[in-house]
This record gives sequence, structure tokens and C-alpha cells, in this order.
Amino acid sequence: MKKIYGSAAEALDGVLHDGMLIAAGGFGLCGIPELLLSAIRDAGTKDLTFASNNAGVDDFGIGILLQTKQVKKMISSYVGENKEFMRQYLGGELELEFNPQGTLAERMRAGGAGIPGFYTKTGVGTVIAEGKEHKDFNGETYIMEEGIFADLAIVKAWKADATGNLVFRKTARNFNPPAAMCGKICIVEVEEIVPTGSLDPDTIHLPGIYVHRIVQGEHEKRIEQRTVRSA
Amino acid sequence: MWDRNQMAARAALELQDGWYVNLGIGIPTLVSNYIPEGVEVTLQSENGMLGMGPFPIEGTEDADLINAGKQTITELPQTAYFDSAMSFGMIRGGKIAMAILGAMEVAENGDLANWMIPGKLVKGMGGAMDLVAGVGRVVVVMDHTNKHGDSKVLKECTLPLTGKAVVDRIITNLGVLDVVEGGLKIVECADGVTEEELRAATLATIV
Repeated sequence: MKKIYGSAAEALDGVLHDGMLIAAGGFGLCGIPELLLSAIRDAGTKDLTFASNNAGVDDFGIGILLQTKQVKKMISSYVGENKEFMRQYLGGELELEFNPQGTLAERMRAGGAGIPGFYTKTGVGTVIAEGKEHKDFNGETYIMEEGIFADLAIVKAWKADATGNLVFRKTARNFNPPAAMCGKICIVEVEEIVPTGSLDPDTIHLPGIYVHRIVQGEHEKRIEQRTVRSA
Repeated sequence: MWDRNQMAARAALELQDGWYVNLGIGIPTLVSNYIPEGVEVTLQSENGMLGMGPFPIEGTEDADLINAGKQTITELPQTAYFDSAMSFGMIRGGKIAMAILGAMEVAENGDLANWMIPGKLVKGMGGAMDLVAGVGRVVVVMDHTNKHGDSKVLKECTLPLTGKAVVDRIITNLGVLDVVEGGLKIVECADGVTEEELRAATLATIV
């Protein structure tokens, strides 16, 4: 069983189809699957729905797929950094489903864990709760949210071994594990593929059972808000 | 009247030793500059980190290490990283003692509006709805009035809510108010502000 592919395009071969639901890892531009997003742009797949916390910026991340009009709908918690997104959304060309950030993360985790719905206090009494089932537990009201079952998950990790065991780095972990878990197929891009056996089994963040295809490549890793202090 | 830094310093007095807290963007971020001596708090960043350190020294920025405002930051000896599902698990699960965040409007029953203005650019709620629904205590830090001079401390919010009856305490440039049964209670007035001035700038019921 071979999981390692030579390029992002090869790793996506036979997986993409128009109208599919893709869960993507990343927070802002941190830990996004930048190589796979570029390869999806090159593949030209259309009418995509993305479950992703953010929509990238105009020329990086999911933003590059907005420029080519390949995205039909975003399921996100915050999209404030992308002008093209706003233009398409206000022009009615793009659907948007806002999810509170923790609800989005839990929807992915739940989908990956075989849980079709769960109850949360988040959003009760707000527009988020409209049309959703309400239920009281111990005198408090909760709303039902549904697990996300994605056709494809695309994620970015720091290291993988050949079996797909993954290690993430610092806050680039973010949505990557829950996104990976909720995909019928999960493709991961990494900075380094290491020999199987070289990762300490106790330090693996996501076991290879969730990972179907792996590609290694050079990452730009753009910084969105460079902030420093004087020495 | 308090300026931004004085409001942050006043908010820092809300922190208790041993607490895990989440600070929002804007004035709440400044609170970390005023943590009282002898009080140890651990800052959570909801993108997946406990033990958030200061901004990095120029040249040491790391694209893999950012806060929820997407700014480059640093780690501390006690830092731990985790994924977004666990991060909001600890928020929703009530493990975070307090969140300090900004607001557009607060109502006398603790309703909070801070994520959207209909008809204007809609950016999203991010993690704000999860935070106010889940953490132990919600403290709002904001200017008492908007740029037109209208009170932001209201009987009822006019903007879409972030959370219903979630705010415990409001710290503004004019003073400190608590959400209690029947309305708001004045806790203290800012330097040079009289109780009459605070009442006059507040549309909410003061009990």
C-alpha cells in the first residue's frame, strides 16, 4: 500500500469532481494546504464547497480558487481578509454559511468520529440558531449542529512517515486534524517525509489511519500579520 | 475618564492567580501588559495554544506561530499546542475562566453584539460566539459611546447578537458596571467621572 505521491497534482488524480465538498485545514494563512490548493486550481474543478475556517487572501490560500470562480460556497467562521470574496459574495456569485469557529471545528471532528449531530450552547439566541433544533439539558438550552462528512480533506502537516502518521508544528496544527478526520479521502502535504519508524509513536498527532495520500513539497508559508517587538 | 491603556489596566485587575484566560483583539490585547504582580495567568489563543508569549524580536518571526489575530507571537516555557477542536472543547467545556473582549453594544440583560452590522461588510464571528457561550466569566472592555456619541450600553441591543445574556461585567472609559437582576449596577466610576455623568451616558437601566 503506497501512500506517497510525486506531486500535488498526482495525489489529486482521480479524486476531484465538480460540486464536491472539500474540508481544508489552516487558520488564516497558517498551516494551509497551499500546494494542494494550487493543484486544484490547475485542475479546474468547479462548483466546489469548502469547509474552511477562512477563505485565504486575494492571491493566496483559497483566494486563488475564488479568482478562478471555482468556489460555489464557503462554510467559514471569518472571511474578513479577502476582497475578492466580498465582491463575489455581495454580487450573489458566492454562497456563504457562517459557522462559529468552535462549531465548525466540532462539526469536522464529529463527522470524522461518525457523529451526525451534536448539541451546543454556542449561538443560542443568535441568527446562527434560526431553523435549528433546540433542546434543553439540565435547564439550559442547546442547538443541534450537524457533523461534516466531506468528500475530500486537504491538510498540511510538518512531517509524515510513509504510513501517514503526522506531526504538526506549533499553531499550524489548528484545523488540520479535524479536517483530515472528516474526509472520505484525506490528502496531506508535508514539509518532510521521514522514514517509517523514525517518529516517536508517543508524539504522533494524527495517526496514519486518517491519511490516504501524502505529498512532500516546498512551502511558501506566508505571514499575514508580521508583528515584532524591539530587542 | 480612562484612556485605552487605563481601561486595559483596570481590566487586568479582573485576573486571578492560576486562571486560564482568553483576550480578544484591540484593547483586550493590551490587558496582558498590566497583569498584576504575583498573579500568574495563562493566555489562550483559540487557534490552538495555551501559554501565549509576547511578539517576537525582529528576525525571529515564525509563520507557524501566530495568535487568533493572525499576528506573529512567541511561546513560553509552559506553552502547549493543540488542534482547533480541542481548543474550542476547552472553551465550550468551561475550562477557560474568563474572556475579555470588545463590543459594539451591550444590553442590560447581558446580551452582547460584537460581530456584525447589517448592510455593512460582514466578516464573520470567528470564535466570539463560542467564547461567550462557554467561558466562566465574560468581561467587555469598550468605549462607553460610539463615535457619534450614542451610548453603547443599552436596554436592548439593536445589532445581531453574539450571545444572549452572556456578559458579566462591562469596563468602559467612564467606569465599571455589573450585569445584575433587573439591570446594571455601577461598580466604580473612572477617574474624574461622576456617577451622574456615567448614568447620563448609559441608556440601560441602572439599579
